[in-house]
Amino acid sequence: MRAALLLSALVAALALAPLAADTYMLSLLARAMIFAIAALSLDFILGGAGLVSFGHAALMGIGAYGVGILMEEGTRDALVAFPVAMAVAALFALATGAISLKTRGVYFIMITLAFGQMAFFVTQSLSAYGGDDGLTLAARSTIAGNRWLKSPLTFHYVTLGLMVASALVCAMILASPFGRVLKAAKDNERRVRALGLDPYPYRLIAYAIAGALAGLSGALLANLTEFVSPAFLSWHRSGELIVMVVAGSMAASALGAGGTGRLGGAVLGALGVILVEEGLSHLTEHWRIIFGPLLVLLVLAGGVRSRRARP
Amino acid sequence: MSAPLLSVRALRKSYGALAVTYGVDLDVHPGEIHALIGPNGAGKTTLISLISGEIAPDSGQILIEGRDVTGLPVHRRARAGLARSFQITSVVAAFPALENVVLALQAAAGPSFRLVPAPGAERARREEARALLARVGLGARAEAPAAALSHGEKRALELAMALAGKPRLLLLDEPMAGTGPDESRAMVDLIASLKTSCGILLVEHDMDAVFRLADRVSVLVAGSVIARGTPAEVRADPAVRAAYLGDEA
Repeated sequence: MRAALLLSALVAALALAPLAADTYMLSLLARAMIFAIAALSLDFILGGAGLVSFGHAALMGIGAYGVGILMEEGTRDALVAFPVAMAVAALFALATGAISLKTRGVYFIMITLAFGQMAFFVTQSLSAYGGDDGLTLAARSTIAGNRWLKSPLTFHYVTLGLMVASALVCAMILASPFGRVLKAAKDNERRVRALGLDPYPYRLIAYAIAGALAGLSGALLANLTEFVSPAFLSWHRSGELIVMVVAGSMAASALGAGGTGRLGGAVLGALGVILVEEGLSHLTEHWRIIFGPLLVLLVLAGGVRSRRARP
Repeated sequence: MSAPLLSVRALRKSYGALAVTYGVDLDVHPGEIHALIGPNGAGKTTLISLISGEIAPDSGQILIEGRDVTGLPVHRRARAGLARSFQITSVVAAFPALENVVLALQAAAGPSFRLVPAPGAERARREEARALLARVGLGARAEAPAAALSHGEKRALELAMALAGKPRLLLLDEPMAGTGPDESRAMVDLIASLKTSCGILLVEHDMDAVFRLADRVSVLVAGSVIARGTPAEVRADPAVRAAYLGDEA
C-alpha cells in the first residue's frame, strides 16, 4: 500500500514539475524518467523473479539503435519505430534468456554480462550506422506524422505517461497468477517444482517482457538525446541500473515502502541517481568521490534497518 | 489386488563407492499407507528424492500407476499425481499461509501464463485454500506469513499444499519430526483420514505413529529392504529387532 503511495507521490511531483522547471531541467527529468522505465523493468525481474541481469543496458541500447537505424532508413514515426524497438529488444531477451536462464546466481550475472558485451561490440562494428562514433538522429520521432516530441513539455508528459504505464504493467503482472509463480520460485524453487510447475518458462516470459520495456526506454532515450552510441549498451550502464534498483529499494525501505520488486523503489532510485549525479557534477568534476560514499552510506543504513526489522 | 499406485523396481543409487540405495523394490497400493522405517542414514530420504525425481537413479525403474516415470523431471511427476512433503519443511516463506495453498491450487490446475489478474478464479481458489487450511487445523493462521508459523504449523501447511493437488500418491518425509505431542496426535488423525483418497508412502521415526497408521511396513537398512510385512510381522522379525528396533519395541 505504501509502495503505491510512494509511486503516486513521485508521479504527482513529476506531473507538476513543468510548472517550475526550465527546459534544461525538463530534459534532465525526462532522462530520469527514461531510466526509471529501464529500472522498473530490471526491478520486475530482479525483485520479482530474483534474476540479477547484468546486461540490461544492452536491451536498452538495442531499443535505442532500433529507433536510430529505422530513422536512418527513413522510418521516422514512433508508432512504428517504438513497437519495433520493443520487439527487437524482447526477441534479444528471449534468445539470450533461453540460454542464460539455464543458469543461476553468479553464473546468470556473468552470462547476461557476456551477452550484453556481445551486443556492445556488435554496435561498435556497425560502420554503416556510425560504428564507434555513434549515430546522430536527424530529428526526434514523429507521432502519426506530427512532430509533437520536439516540444520539451510534450516529451515530458509522453515519457511520464509511458513510465506510469510501464509501472502499471509490471505491477499487474506481479499481482497475477503468473507473478505468483515468479515470486514463489524466487523464494523456494524446489517447492514450486514439487508442486508441478517448472519456473523456466515463467522466467523466460518475464525476461522477454522486461526486454520490451527496456527497449521502450532505449527508444525514448534515443529521442531525448537525438543520438545513439555503443556507450548506451556498456556494462557500466547495466551496473548503474542495478544501483538504481538496489539503492532505490533501500531508500524506499527507509520510507516503509520498500523492497525490490515493489517498483516504487526503482522509480525513486532512477530519479535519485540521475538528479544527485547532476547536482554533484555541478559542484565538482570529481563528483564520484562524493557519490560513492553516499551509496555506501545508503546501503549500510538500509542493511542495518532490514536487520533490525528481522526478528 | 489392484495395480500398484507406485512401483519401485530394483532401484540403485550410489555416490562413489557408497551405495545409498541398493536394489530396492517397493509398492504402494491405492488406499494404503506404506511406512518406510530404518535407522538414520539408511537411505530413506534418498529413496523419497529418487521417487519424486530430485535425483536420478543409476539403474532401476519407478512406475506411477504402471507408467514409467524414471526419466521424468520433478514437475512432470508432480503432474502425474505425486505430491510430497519435505523432511526439512519447505514452504514459500515470503508468502502468507493462504497464499502458499493458493499457489499449490494454481499449480494443480496446470501451468498457466495468464499475465492479468483473474479475480473470479482467484476468489474460488482462496475459498478452497481456506477450506484446506481448516482441514489441517490452520484455519486461524491463514493470513500469517509462512515464515512466522511454528514448526508443526509449517508441517501442516505443507500437507495442505500437498493435498491441494488432489494427489493419488503422497510421499511424507517425517511429518511428525519436531512436532509437539498434540500436533503429532492431530497429524496422525489427519494422515489416517487421507487414506481414502490416496496412497501414502510414509517415512517416519515415531514408531507409535507408524504402527498406528501403516498397513504395511518396509524396513530399510543400509540401502536395502531387510524386511517387510504388516506392522505386527515386522515388529516380530528378529533381523529388524537386531538392526533397528532394539528391545524397547
